[in-house]
Amino acid sequence: MAEWFQDNGLLLGLALLDGLSSAGLIFLVAVGLNLVFGVLRIVNVAHGSLYAIGAYSAASIGLFLTSLGLPAWASIPTLILSAALVGAILGPLIERFILRRIYAGEEVVQLLVTFALFMILEDVQKLVWGVQPIHHDAAMRWLGTIDVPFGTDFIPFTNYQLFVLPGFAVITLAGLAWFLRSTLTGRVIVAVTTDREAATAMGIDAAKIFLLTFTFGAMLAALGGALSSPTAALVPGVGAQIIVLSFAVVATAGLGQIEGAALTSLMMGMGRSIAVYFEPELEVVVPYIIMVLVLLVRPQGLFGVIETRRV
Amino acid sequence: MKRYEPILGLLLAAALVAAAIAAPWLRFVLTIALAKGIAVLGILLLLRAGQVSFGHALYIGFGAYTVAFLAPRFNDGVLVLLAAAAGAGLLGLVVGLFVTRYRQIFFGMLNLAMCMVFYSLLEKLYHFTKGSDGIRVEIMPIAGQALDRVTYEWTVFGIALGLAFVLGFLLRMYLASPMGEALAGIKTRETRLEFMGVPARGILLSAYVISAIVGGLGGALIAMTSRHVTPLLSYWTASGELVFIAILGGAGGVLGPFLGAAAYELVRVYAAASFADAWQMILGTVLLLVILFAPGGLWGMAARVLGGRGR
Repeated sequence: MAEWFQDNGLLLGLALLDGLSSAGLIFLVAVGLNLVFGVLRIVNVAHGSLYAIGAYSAASIGLFLTSLGLPAWASIPTLILSAALVGAILGPLIERFILRRIYAGEEVVQLLVTFALFMILEDVQKLVWGVQPIHHDAAMRWLGTIDVPFGTDFIPFTNYQLFVLPGFAVITLAGLAWFLRSTLTGRVIVAVTTDREAATAMGIDAAKIFLLTFTFGAMLAALGGALSSPTAALVPGVGAQIIVLSFAVVATAGLGQIEGAALTSLMMGMGRSIAVYFEPELEVVVPYIIMVLVLLVRPQGLFGVIETRRV
Repeated sequence: MKRYEPILGLLLAAALVAAAIAAPWLRFVLTIALAKGIAVLGILLLLRAGQVSFGHALYIGFGAYTVAFLAPRFNDGVLVLLAAAAGAGLLGLVVGLFVTRYRQIFFGMLNLAMCMVFYSLLEKLYHFTKGSDGIRVEIMPIAGQALDRVTYEWTVFGIALGLAFVLGFLLRMYLASPMGEALAGIKTRETRLEFMGVPARGILLSAYVISAIVGGLGGALIAMTSRHVTPLLSYWTASGELVFIAILGGAGGVLGPFLGAAAYELVRVYAAASFADAWQMILGTVLLLVILFAPGGLWGMAARVLGGRGR
């Protein structure tokens, strides 16, 4: 064991750091998906497309502004603003004109409507941004790298991935927990999540809450995408990849669970990056293995609540 | 409506044969459509129980790769078809024992997870599956007869049509049997079914195994027709496609999947030929329009024209 650690310790350290940063991204996307599911009771397949569009928009807005002479420090606020913009435009459009028509529909139908949206948005990306990779990493280069002390050695790592990505995840987690528990709007959202009928009977305007939640969820997806854009070149298909991972996180964490989503994202991010460094063939499989193991023991998810069966 | 089904089936088959004779390139498209229609019969079965599988491309991929691996060894089309069906059935039993413990969104997501694990294995185990390059399937003798290319293609078309008929007929009987009626009971109120002493999980499991077998057959036919298999056959979007076809055709009767598959493949071919980068967008729009304005699907529309209900 000690000998193994001697040989592979640094690799493990790198894997853990990588896992932390990817867990941050996964959380941002999955928590949005989970929130939208909790309130609207719709699994939004197009959530991954919002992630991809957020990433593409942030990269092209960043490239455009940099060419106009935007200082490097402003590139991180630009990422966030572009994400907010994408969410604020697409969120209400999708909710008002499409989702609103199918709230009363069957689950299959709801799933397929968002699948149709996914297909449409997937081609919108190709038509708008083409199929060539797009890359804009001003934010990451501006923050530079850090030597993370690890035992007697140091691991060079980018500040952006070490601090910004997990940082945003933690801020989102804390902010959401506070918002849902301590503000009126947040409590109303929780009320609608718990019992939509009772909440509406008390005079809560469910339509407004749906719109608000969906837009917020869309912003979170776009934020995940925007924050990921400096770390890798963007190619078609990123949305399809992240959405299946988020599904796994949501199902493992338990539906509607915020803290659960955070813990699960951490498990899956770590598991995946450890696999990348030690058993690359297993990388894509690890999250699903975790999911299957968790659901075998707890069929309602790690933090899920057992629903009483109706007779 | 039910009594028209056999006649409409014959008419549809005649139309397919006529189209395949009139335009040889359509023969390929229609064979794929029949293969997908066969696989979608399984989705239909699960939809009857109110469950959506977002992972049945697993069985398509399994059937297709079974053909790719076994064709050089068995050297007979009938044998590999049987092997694909049997293998998919076994896999369906193993996976089904696990996934039928879950309902609704968990059922859908666990299927998705299984499908993604299979997809990743196909892609990563390069020395075995040749990764994303895929495997070529040579023209094989069928029932001991060595065939030239055109005869082979006609024979596969014929087998697909024959299987579609036989399976459609068997499934129609299954749905009308007590077991089929119990499936609908799972959708409305499973607990009551159990109070009556009906083993709901066993009912769902048997339907799941059947859906896996027809999925494997569909995949095998696709491999024999396109004569090239890639992991993309099992990507999650391919599973979405199957549910798409089921809803497009209409979940009312066994003709729906074939109507849906033919319409889907034709729209896809035309859209891909005319708008290379936007065929997904066109399909997505068609799907949205069908869901929002023709909830019964093509079969429902046909039923309305002929008078009477879809079911």
